Amino acid sequence: MMTLFTTAPFTATPLDRPSRPKGAPIIIARDVCKEFELPDGNGTFTVLKDINLQIHEGEFVALLGRSGSGKSTLLRILAGLIPPTSGEVISSGQRVTGPNPDVAMVFQTFALLPWLTVLQNVELSLEALGVPPKERRERALKAIDMVGLDGFESAYPKELSGGMKQRVGFARAFVRQPKVLFMDEPFSALDVLTAENLRGEIAELWEQGDFPAKSVLLITHNIEEAVLLADRVIILGANPGRVRGEVVIDLSYAARERSNKHFKELVDGIYIAMTNPDRDVRDAMAGVPRRENPYPPLPHATAGGISGLLEVLNERPDLRDLPEISSTLQLPTDELLPIVDAAVLLGFAVVNEGDITLTDIGRVFSSADIQTSKEIFRRQVLERVPLIRQIYTTLTERPNGMIRAGVFLDMLEEHFPEEEAQQQFDIAVDWGRYTELFEYDQTDDRLRLSQP
Amino acid sequence: MVRLTFPTREALQRAPFRWADVAVIIGTLGLLTLIALVGRTAFVPFEPPTVMPEPISLNVVNLPYYMGRSLLRMFIALLFSLLFTFTYGYLAAHSPRAERVLLPLLDILQSVPVLGFLSVTLSFFIALFRGSLLGLEAVAIFAIFTSQVWNMTFSFYHSLRSVPRELRECARVFRLSRWQYFTRVEVPYAMLGLMWNTMMSFGGGWFFVAASEAISVLNQEYQLPGIGSYVAKAIEEANVTAIVAAIVAMGLMIVTVDQLVWRPLIAWAQRFRNEQTEAKDTPNSWVLNLLRTSQLPKLIGAALEPLREFIDRLLSGTLRPKSLRMGKPPLMLPVWVDRLYDGILIAALIGGATVLLRFVLSEVPLGEILQVCGLGLITLVRVIVLTAISTLVWTPIGVAIGFNPRLSRLLQPVAQFLASFPANFLFPFVTMLLIASGVSLDVGSIVLMALGAQWYVLFNVIAGAQSIPSDLREMAANMRLRGWQLWKRLIIPGVFPAWVTGGITASGGAWNASIVAEIVSWGDVTLRATGLGAYITTATQNGDWPRIVLGVAMMSLFVVGLNRLFWRRLYALSEQRYAL
Ligand SMILES: Nc1ncnc2c1ncn2[C@@H]1O[C@H](COP(=O)(O)OP(=O)(O)OP(=O)(O)O)[C@@H](O)[C@H]1O
Ligand SMILES: [Mg+2]
Repeated sequence: MMTLFTTAPFTATPLDRPSRPKGAPIIIARDVCKEFELPDGNGTFTVLKDINLQIHEGEFVALLGRSGSGKSTLLRILAGLIPPTSGEVISSGQRVTGPNPDVAMVFQTFALLPWLTVLQNVELSLEALGVPPKERRERALKAIDMVGLDGFESAYPKELSGGMKQRVGFARAFVRQPKVLFMDEPFSALDVLTAENLRGEIAELWEQGDFPAKSVLLITHNIEEAVLLADRVIILGANPGRVRGEVVIDLSYAARERSNKHFKELVDGIYIAMTNPDRDVRDAMAGVPRRENPYPPLPHATAGGISGLLEVLNERPDLRDLPEISSTLQLPTDELLPIVDAAVLLGFAVVNEGDITLTDIGRVFSSADIQTSKEIFRRQVLERVPLIRQIYTTLTERPNGMIRAGVFLDMLEEHFPEEEAQQQFDIAVDWGRYTELFEYDQTDDRLRLSQP
Repeated sequence: MVRLTFPTREALQRAPFRWADVAVIIGTLGLLTLIALVGRTAFVPFEPPTVMPEPISLNVVNLPYYMGRSLLRMFIALLFSLLFTFTYGYLAAHSPRAERVLLPLLDILQSVPVLGFLSVTLSFFIALFRGSLLGLEAVAIFAIFTSQVWNMTFSFYHSLRSVPRELRECARVFRLSRWQYFTRVEVPYAMLGLMWNTMMSFGGGWFFVAASEAISVLNQEYQLPGIGSYVAKAIEEANVTAIVAAIVAMGLMIVTVDQLVWRPLIAWAQRFRNEQTEAKDTPNSWVLNLLRTSQLPKLIGAALEPLREFIDRLLSGTLRPKSLRMGKPPLMLPVWVDRLYDGILIAALIGGATVLLRFVLSEVPLGEILQVCGLGLITLVRVIVLTAISTLVWTPIGVAIGFNPRLSRLLQPVAQFLASFPANFLFPFVTMLLIASGVSLDVGSIVLMALGAQWYVLFNVIAGAQSIPSDLREMAANMRLRGWQLWKRLIIPGVFPAWVTGGITASGGAWNASIVAEIVSWGDVTLRATGLGAYITTATQNGDWPRIVLGVAMMSLFVVGLNRLFWRRLYALSEQRYAL
């Protein structure tokens, strides 16, 4: 896949929400520039300069920029409402030359037709597609239901409060089931509490996975809003508008709260980047501890499993091909692979084109006596597994060498879904017990340093 | 916080008011019968000068029939006006090239005094509908049409151009076809403004009914059955009773049409208000309520829904949304094409002007042109005096009314009624007064012209005063602004834009009125004033075409000049400085 970013993303880690992998790009902007005539008629001024960006399938992207940085202009160009002065927009492989069919839009000031009822407003967006009346009505009613407006189908927009009007705006966009949903400051015309409510509902809908659009592009100048909702925040600079950089929001939705430390760090970091237009975004974000593998996920393998595999490999140097190993050991591939991954993680083996070979340490480990091999395992684990190192150092710093397990579980839950956090914890405990670093007592839910 | 407002419409709909259905059916049938009865006689043979229509009878019994005829003419003209408005306005708003021609043309057309052209259109239409009274009908309808249509078209064009960007973009994002955009966005958006202008136009049209039903060209009297001819006949016979009867009938008719047509339409059109919040007091109409409670309109609507759907699909299929012309300037053709286009336009303009001038000069000596220009100046003075006096008299009164909500609710309709009442029905009384007192028509014609024109100043000022936000008035009271200070700082800036609108309409109306106000008669006595209006009327009576053309062209020049040099500038000023 060709990357078109002029600026490398701040972090390269995949999102820690495995349920929503980043897919193929849907909308691609290439070197988009936009100039407007000066009002006095002599010359032009540049609003957007060399914008390159992509919106991928399954992504929630926020475009963050100050007022006047050209966000709305860029959105209009991507939506095919105005042409770029130079450059091009590709949507689903097609060059955009008119209203982009992949896009539905939610407007800042709602843009509802006041002379149509809620139902008619929603239906109109299907009517334009030529959907027959009966299906139109059914789909519209479903969309209205989805945004929580059932019972208001025959109300006119002027009879609704601001928040409800914007719900109609969402329903009208949802009913199209667009590939990408565009939102131009959809919450900024609402009062703070209403905005917060609606934002929460959108986040929830997105998180549940049955969102009526594959991707979302949100325009906002509200940093917190961007960090609350987006997977990726693109920061736009002003005069002329350009992509200054982007920040990946490596936080699960559950952890996106103002009280969360990393959330605050991200918001503060972006704030610094926004208030210092001349600074590099990456530089501005440098103060934010990198989430780049804070606790890289541990493969689901037990220490016993790992040493077992290494032993076999040591005894049969001819056995290298992974499928062959799988059949020899009568171990299904999906059980074998985590063990291999773990061996690689710990530096005992390397995998090359489907063949596994032991490293020097790996060979020593598997041929040494039990005490020595435990020592080697311990050294590798402390060096290469931050989670175990963290638990161990924390325990050694405690006067009684003891801590509640919940502390680490909570910490893990900031980065993993709940179930996975528990599994990670269990693996860490298993490896810790094997290496005699620490033990976990289920009866009082505590971790203790192992007694020599 | 979240305001839950449940629509009350359903509750209304469920009530089974059978009598409403009956009333609607009887009303509709009655209306159709009336139209058929009244319209039938339009096809009587007519072969001037041998076969002429029956002479007008001043018997009051005939008055309802004459009223019906006139009313029918008004509505037919209105229908044509609407058709014209939709096509012309749409073209001008959507094609930049058409706009360059259509807009200035519209500006000129609305300045042309319609009444000056009656004799020209007369020979054309009589030739067109040879042997039928339809020719005369067409003359009257055309005159009414030209009096109604321009401001409707302007309003529609202006609305189309000012559809909010968001609605335009929304329509494009959701890929509405051009037909859907027209029917769901443009027409509804333009509806309220168009409705008001149509109502005003209709009111203004009565003046032309009265002036165009009875025409005399070359001492030949042409009379259509109608209330205008009735009044003309009454004047000819100096019959005061008949005049009074006509005035009463006219008043009744205006009120009836207002109640049966305009009120319901205006009340209905409130839904097209482009506001996101509910207006405080919305116009109400008992006819509309009756129609809403009746099941009939809903049933008819439901029955027609598949047809609407079909038409919508059909037209949406052919009128796809416009695509973006990517990477190209808005006009795709090279510059020279536009140059050529402009060149052709200018050539056509010069050619037309030359032909006209040669035609005029074939009969009229050059010196007379200067003389006519002088006559124009005299009429201009009348128009200025009239506008100034109307302003001085009606502005304070209008402001007082506008600041008092109860009073304005009461008197605003009265002002509108007076504006739509055809002033030429009242001319005989002023004429009698002038004859009795011996005052010259040179002065008296100002009064005659003011009779119709002044009301536009009044009701626009009322509307302007109403539109001054109450918090500004409270601020002024709080700062103890009084007297001249109050007028200078708050009232004049506040009502200025509305006054400009009223002023333009009043002065335009006055120019038109000068054609009938500078020569008046009562019985055998005829009074003449010196002025451009009298010049045109005389030329018309003599069937003197070169002089008609000269007079009308001169008057158009004056109107356009006055608009450009004076009213436009005031308007721009009010937009910049005083827009609230
Ligand atoms: N049609 C236009 N003609 C001329 N200038 C324009 C046009 N549209 C936008 N601009 C200018 O382009 C610049 C960027 O406008 P844009 O609306 O895209 O900014 P924005 O980032 O969305 O700002 P905001 O946060 O205020 O909505 C502004 O300086 C604006 O004046
Ligand atoms: Mg914007």
